Amino acid sequence: MYPEYMEESLRKVVQTRPARLELARKPDPVYPPMSAEERRNVLENFHPDYKPDALRPVRVGPNRGEKLTTEVADLLESHSWLRSEQVDLDHPDIETDLLIIGGGGAGCNAALAAMQQHGIRSLIATKLRMGDANTMMSQGGMQAAVSRTDSPTRHYLDAIGGGHFENKPELVKALTEDGPGVVKWLEDLGVVWDKEEDGAIQVLHGGGTSRKRMVSCRDYTGAMIMRTLMDEVRNHPDMIDIKEFMPAVELIMDDEGRCAGAILYSMDSEEFFTVKAKSTLIATGGYGRLHIRGFDTTNHYGATGDGLVMAYRAGAKLMYMDSVQYHPTGASFPEQIAGFLITEKIRGAGGQPLNKDGELFVFPREPRDIEASAIIRECVQNGGGIETPSGRLGVWLDSPLIDMLHGEGYVAHQFPAMYRQYIRYGIDINKLPMLVYPSLHYQNGGVEINDRCETNIPGLYVAGEASGGLHGRNRLMGNSVLDYNVFGRRAGQAAGAYAKTVKLGKLSLAHLDNYEKELVDSGVQTDLVAPILLPSYAPKDVRKRQLVRGGNVLPGASVVHNRLQEDRSDA
Amino acid sequence: MTGVPAGTANSPSTSAVDGEREAAERLITVYIMGKAYEVPAEATIMGAIEYAGHQIIRGAGCREGYCGACATLYRLPGDYKIRAGLACMTLVEDGMTLAQIPSVPAEKAIYDIEKLRPNVSAIQQMYPTVFRCVACGTCTKSCPQGLQVMDYVQAAKRGDIAAVMDLSFDCVVCGLCMLRCPAEITQPLMAILAKRLYGRYLRKDSPELAERVKAVEEGVYEAEYAELMAMDREALSERYYARDSE
Repeated sequence: MYPEYMEESLRKVVQTRPARLELARKPDPVYPPMSAEERRNVLENFHPDYKPDALRPVRVGPNRGEKLTTEVADLLESHSWLRSEQVDLDHPDIETDLLIIGGGGAGCNAALAAMQQHGIRSLIATKLRMGDANTMMSQGGMQAAVSRTDSPTRHYLDAIGGGHFENKPELVKALTEDGPGVVKWLEDLGVVWDKEEDGAIQVLHGGGTSRKRMVSCRDYTGAMIMRTLMDEVRNHPDMIDIKEFMPAVELIMDDEGRCAGAILYSMDSEEFFTVKAKSTLIATGGYGRLHIRGFDTTNHYGATGDGLVMAYRAGAKLMYMDSVQYHPTGASFPEQIAGFLITEKIRGAGGQPLNKDGELFVFPREPRDIEASAIIRECVQNGGGIETPSGRLGVWLDSPLIDMLHGEGYVAHQFPAMYRQYIRYGIDINKLPMLVYPSLHYQNGGVEINDRCETNIPGLYVAGEASGGLHGRNRLMGNSVLDYNVFGRRAGQAAGAYAKTVKLGKLSLAHLDNYEKELVDSGVQTDLVAPILLPSYAPKDVRKRQLVRGGNVLPGASVVHNRLQEDRSDA
Repeated sequence: MTGVPAGTANSPSTSAVDGEREAAERLITVYIMGKAYEVPAEATIMGAIEYAGHQIIRGAGCREGYCGACATLYRLPGDYKIRAGLACMTLVEDGMTLAQIPSVPAEKAIYDIEKLRPNVSAIQQMYPTVFRCVACGTCTKSCPQGLQVMDYVQAAKRGDIAAVMDLSFDCVVCGLCMLRCPAEITQPLMAILAKRLYGRYLRKDSPELAERVKAVEEGVYEAEYAELMAMDREALSERYYARDSE
């Protein structure tokens, strides 16, 4: 239940609701959408990326000198877990055609595509369990131009406008033209899409969409897709090998500059294994667990940007790593679920963000960076936020409107996860609004790829959230679910074809020595060892006592020391 | 590291209702795998385990109730009942004794979905243990999602694939039901098969989807793509802000 002192504000929400319901029933927007100039203004003044210390130049690697998100620059200016001379590359522990790093949506799609289109065997190595990935957690849906009033080119225009016209066009074309085919491919695998009576796929709006384009599986969209893909992957044990709790910590190159596999680390036994692979796919997802600027995150436990670090040390170019996505609506109350994702589908179905006086202050479906910035502005500048007992701020997200708009039972059927999330704390979202604030959600940039998921390193492919270019500097809702399906499949196809022809040279880890030398030459002093693999949520005093073991120096053989997480803000 | 400007990062700060803040920091005793720890009274089980200083490797995944990695069994003082919950979603209580069960041994059936049909014989072939159900209802009682697990097992026995799909839609495959089942049924695995059978065979087809896929394959949109991709930023921006909305 909400604390008593919020009652007056809640009463105002109820008072303004009939008028807002009337607005929502009309075809016009319930609040004027922003012009290009208004968008620029709210971003520059309130988006966290625009804070003076949000970015800094990275001092090493392919993007040297370029301003990146400060925490990303910190992560990249780090030491390897390995010394090249300690690794025996002449006798690889494992050999495979296609090594897929990451067992989420992109990885599973790639393994299936490589198998089906090229008869290629793959090995999926993943840090936690298969499916422990942001894919599992996407709630609201996937964009795909499947309705009669829509078209792939209209989807293209929405996506590229949402990304401030900085998206790589060839990637947006690939995304949007493959969309309908992905819906069909997943449906034939057995994904149960929400449907209309006549069999048409149900579509809803998302932020920044000019046509209803969000296809969904209630609010378990990602879970449904992930479990279907995993199940299919596991139906082919002879073609797809799975290694869980085995993250990659470095890429292996050959003496001609090709990527030739990776070194895996067993989370259980702390052993390292060398994998020689004809082609390698990084499908490691994003970095929410870096808690950039101290924000809570919607991301899964393993989202620590591992793929970025590995690829960067090997010489892969990054793109748009100065751009962070904050989801407009993360939970702000109760404290136990702070930062949790409140799906954009709530606004797609008619939910409205409101200030403490129960008034609308933004069009509910602006692109994400705009919507998030407007919520921050309302709280920080206009004093329109509601403060929680633990000192967080939030605005209301008026969910009771939804059943009023669509009929009783709609929320129960379309938002079972959201309902369940809140009723545990005595809040019935059919009767009460949710309190929300932006939460760290998505890595907009990543390793630059082309429409075949190739990078500037031959034999290295990247797909999904780890890649950069597709979303420009702002991704629209539902385009990441489509992203990992489209580009996971394209990666499997391209990497599979490449694996059939390539002849690898002598294996090498010289890039690690070079990178280490560059750190020294650039005057970087750090004791950070990356990939960090897992964040630590132990309280500060516990972590101090943990560090005694290593003399407060390199973490080396342990995963417990995440230096990027200064303050415990989750738990 | 970068400092966090107050009021931007939305991290807890000292202000507002101080009394409630203190209440939030009250400590209680819980027994994690048998060992006593003092943890915040308002914590989730997962928060408590981490507050105690454990680095979870197995037993945490999405941390928001979707992935089923953090299945936990617990008892409360003076209560004989074994309770089940997700560590990320369940609050601690004073005197709680808990153990995480991050993996439940179970064998997934291997199948070619194209060779199965959405009927009772698919269930019989792939998950015959379903027919051992004694209708005790322990699965339903142990489901942290509050699903009617036993009802969908019964539906599976009748070959009612649509009902299994609907009733098991929100299953997070934490495995608690199959751990507690006296008939050793693997309910969540069977339910995944049933959902796939429904999606593959029992769905109502969307005519416009097939048309759209065909149109893309036939290159219907290529000319418009070429036009859009040739536009400079300004022209594209003009087109974007002028577009109509549904």
